[in-house]
Amino acid sequence: MKLLMLGWELPPYNSGGLGVASFNMAKALSKRGVDIQFVLPYKAKHHEAEKFFDVLPASNIPPLINENGDYVAMGAYSGTCSVCRSRSCKHAKSYVEGFIGATRRYADEVARLVTRRKLHPDVIHAHDWLTMEAGVRAKLISGSPLVVHVHATEFDRAGGHYGNPLIHEIEYQGLVMADRILAVSQLTKNIIVREYHIPADKIEVVHNSLDPGDLDDIVVDANDYLYAKELKKQGYTIVSPGGVRLTAQKGISYLLEAMALAMTKNPKLLLLVPSSGDQRNQIIEMAADLGISDRVIFLGFVRGSRQRELYQVTDIFVMPSISEPFGITALEAAHSHTALLLSKQSGVGEVLRNVMRFDYWDTRRLADEIVNISLSPGLSGELCDGAKREYLKFSWADVAEKLSHEYSKVMARAKRNAAKWVEFAAEGAAHA
Amino acid sequence: MPKAICLYMHVHQPWRVRQYSAFDTGVDHNYWGAGDGEILRKVADKSYFPTNTALIDMLNTYPEFRVSLSITGTFIEQCEYYLPELLESFKALVNAGRSPDGDQSKNRVEIVGETYYHSLAFFYSRPEFDRQVAQHAQKIEDVFGLRPTAFRNTELAYNNDLGKWADTHGYKAILAEGWDKVLGWRSPNFLYKPPGTERIKLLLKNYKLSDDMAFRFSNRSWAEYPLTSGKYAAWLDAEDAPLVNLFVDYETFGEHHWEDTGIFNFLKALPHEWLSRPEHTFMTVSEAADFYEVKDEVSMPHVVTWADTERDLSAWLGNRMQQESNHYIYAMEQHILETGDIHLIGDWRRLTTSDHAYYMSTKYWNDGDVHAYFSPKPSPFDAFMDYMNALRDVRFRLIKNHVKRG
Repeated sequence: MKLLMLGWELPPYNSGGLGVASFNMAKALSKRGVDIQFVLPYKAKHHEAEKFFDVLPASNIPPLINENGDYVAMGAYSGTCSVCRSRSCKHAKSYVEGFIGATRRYADEVARLVTRRKLHPDVIHAHDWLTMEAGVRAKLISGSPLVVHVHATEFDRAGGHYGNPLIHEIEYQGLVMADRILAVSQLTKNIIVREYHIPADKIEVVHNSLDPGDLDDIVVDANDYLYAKELKKQGYTIVSPGGVRLTAQKGISYLLEAMALAMTKNPKLLLLVPSSGDQRNQIIEMAADLGISDRVIFLGFVRGSRQRELYQVTDIFVMPSISEPFGITALEAAHSHTALLLSKQSGVGEVLRNVMRFDYWDTRRLADEIVNISLSPGLSGELCDGAKREYLKFSWADVAEKLSHEYSKVMARAKRNAAKWVEFAAEGAAHA
Repeated sequence: MPKAICLYMHVHQPWRVRQYSAFDTGVDHNYWGAGDGEILRKVADKSYFPTNTALIDMLNTYPEFRVSLSITGTFIEQCEYYLPELLESFKALVNAGRSPDGDQSKNRVEIVGETYYHSLAFFYSRPEFDRQVAQHAQKIEDVFGLRPTAFRNTELAYNNDLGKWADTHGYKAILAEGWDKVLGWRSPNFLYKPPGTERIKLLLKNYKLSDDMAFRFSNRSWAEYPLTSGKYAAWLDAEDAPLVNLFVDYETFGEHHWEDTGIFNFLKALPHEWLSRPEHTFMTVSEAADFYEVKDEVSMPHVVTWADTERDLSAWLGNRMQQESNHYIYAMEQHILETGDIHLIGDWRRLTTSDHAYYMSTKYWNDGDVHAYFSPKPSPFDAFMDYMNALRDVRFRLIKNHVKRG
């Protein structure tokens, strides 16, 4: 079958997990024999991706580079002002408007591409709001059915707030126009039904997976975590939320409160937190206010091998997200043999059973779990081993199988509808 | 030679640890939630009351009918606390089978001895095991006016040592699983002798026939469905030897199989079907031990239970959380007992109940099969956490109130 996949970024030019997930999906699909054209908003060479499928640039713009020297493809899309860190200031608004402009240009370019090349894919598969408008345009031109894949909604990114209404509108249009919707978790499906009033039977849950090849055990020689390792020898337990950005969505302030509570029961706890993201200053101040600065270590920007080493030194991985559609970092942490504590608002909790859950706001519960794990080799051992056993239960190949099944359903329905239209038209001609 | 059914039913409810956090430790010394009363009432309505009524009926209708029960101390405590009329109902059942001449050995309802707290103390602390068995015997005497002459250990966990223990403590009979791997070609339908014992007789559960009733009865995909008492009686009759031991949980009737499956009608019709042959009868556990001779010696050096396909204790002691918590609870024993503080000792003993460890089992957790194991806890990890927090509070009380400083 022929698939037109619309994405925003692919490794190595990705700003986040979206690029990794859509790459792995397309790769696993191509291994099943699906013929894929993957359209990106920028132009660059993707050596790995091009081994498996066609990568088409919708423009001649090169990928962007951020202040840390990392490629961010077409830019991060948090919708947060880079000056005042707010989501609603003048700058944030104009930033978002600029962003929406970029998605609109992408949509135009995709429409031109489909028209010029006379593309008639069996299915169009669009990832997240960034490509939704492009997906709808491609559908209208080609007549091919549209599958929309929701990795996160604006409600998730806004971390409990409403978020940007313009983005909501784009999401809503895409969800309504889609022939089928894929959600990365039941949690996300529930949000789509509740907030966008889409009928539940139009949405299928397809959980993400992890490619263990991406996580080949690294040789640990960096000196990044020497202090933490030393304290570990002294009987300390290392707690970390992994390589997150400090944004409202991630709920790190709740983790800090829980740590302060937990330290009243077991002082030998150490929290390692990355320090990038718009809540950075607030979190640093909060640690001081709680009187635990001494046992909270801010790591700076954590990525790549530093991030993987962070998981290796971590005993307890905590995902306190207020709204986490999936949360692939939990699978990475499981790979590194850590105990996992996941908020009930995290989708990844739907695929793991050897974890402990808590409501993100229930800091006493979280503290209780941290204390108990730190005091019991039995509990931490069962959690670590259990999660390590099960984190690869669903592979990307399983995901691809599920996707293929969804595609064939959509294709069959499109064929039925087409036949109906022919009939209808014939009837109309007879009456004329 | 008469052919007898020995029907034995087990009654138990644990004191469950409520959701108890590290922040309750040292502050709130009540570990037991209100959920126990609700569960007791629910199971009583569905199972205990109607089953007692059925059994009393059967005792009144058929002079040959006999039944043996084991009732844990924690169950009796919960009846006293939440539902006294349920205890009255069990007393009425025992009285319906009581011999008019006061000779306990002629009673038609027997109560089998066990640990008061449904614990696995036998494998951790022999002195504590002795105390819990004595406490149970005392409670049975106080409530029912009977002295147990037969013994069953928690989950029917049995080995040669337990056989010897029961022999030296004067029991006539002890119950165990009739597990093929131990018996080989031997039939569970005879009495056996544990190695190195004098008088005690070993009764083995006929698990196939017991499970037909306890597990398969209401299973519509079972080839033998529906199981009528006539068909079942014919199977019992076809057994090659004189004694069929049907050992089941009390909740088989009304809870595992709901009333609408016809389980009560099945139970009530069973004596009629079985007693249609003159040589057929029923016996209590101790009666069977008095009546039949032992066939052979059966040795079980390793622990055998009536649980799971492995017939072992892996659902109780299989993982590190279970081993750790069991280690801690028994490590405190001596200090706890030395305090003489009956409330502290009582709470500590309630924590020896084996159900707590069972809730921590991860054996079937990964299958996601919620029906495989019943647990009031959201996960085995939560079960462990609540338990350990409570256990730390016990330790807190011990240190705060009883350790002399200075």
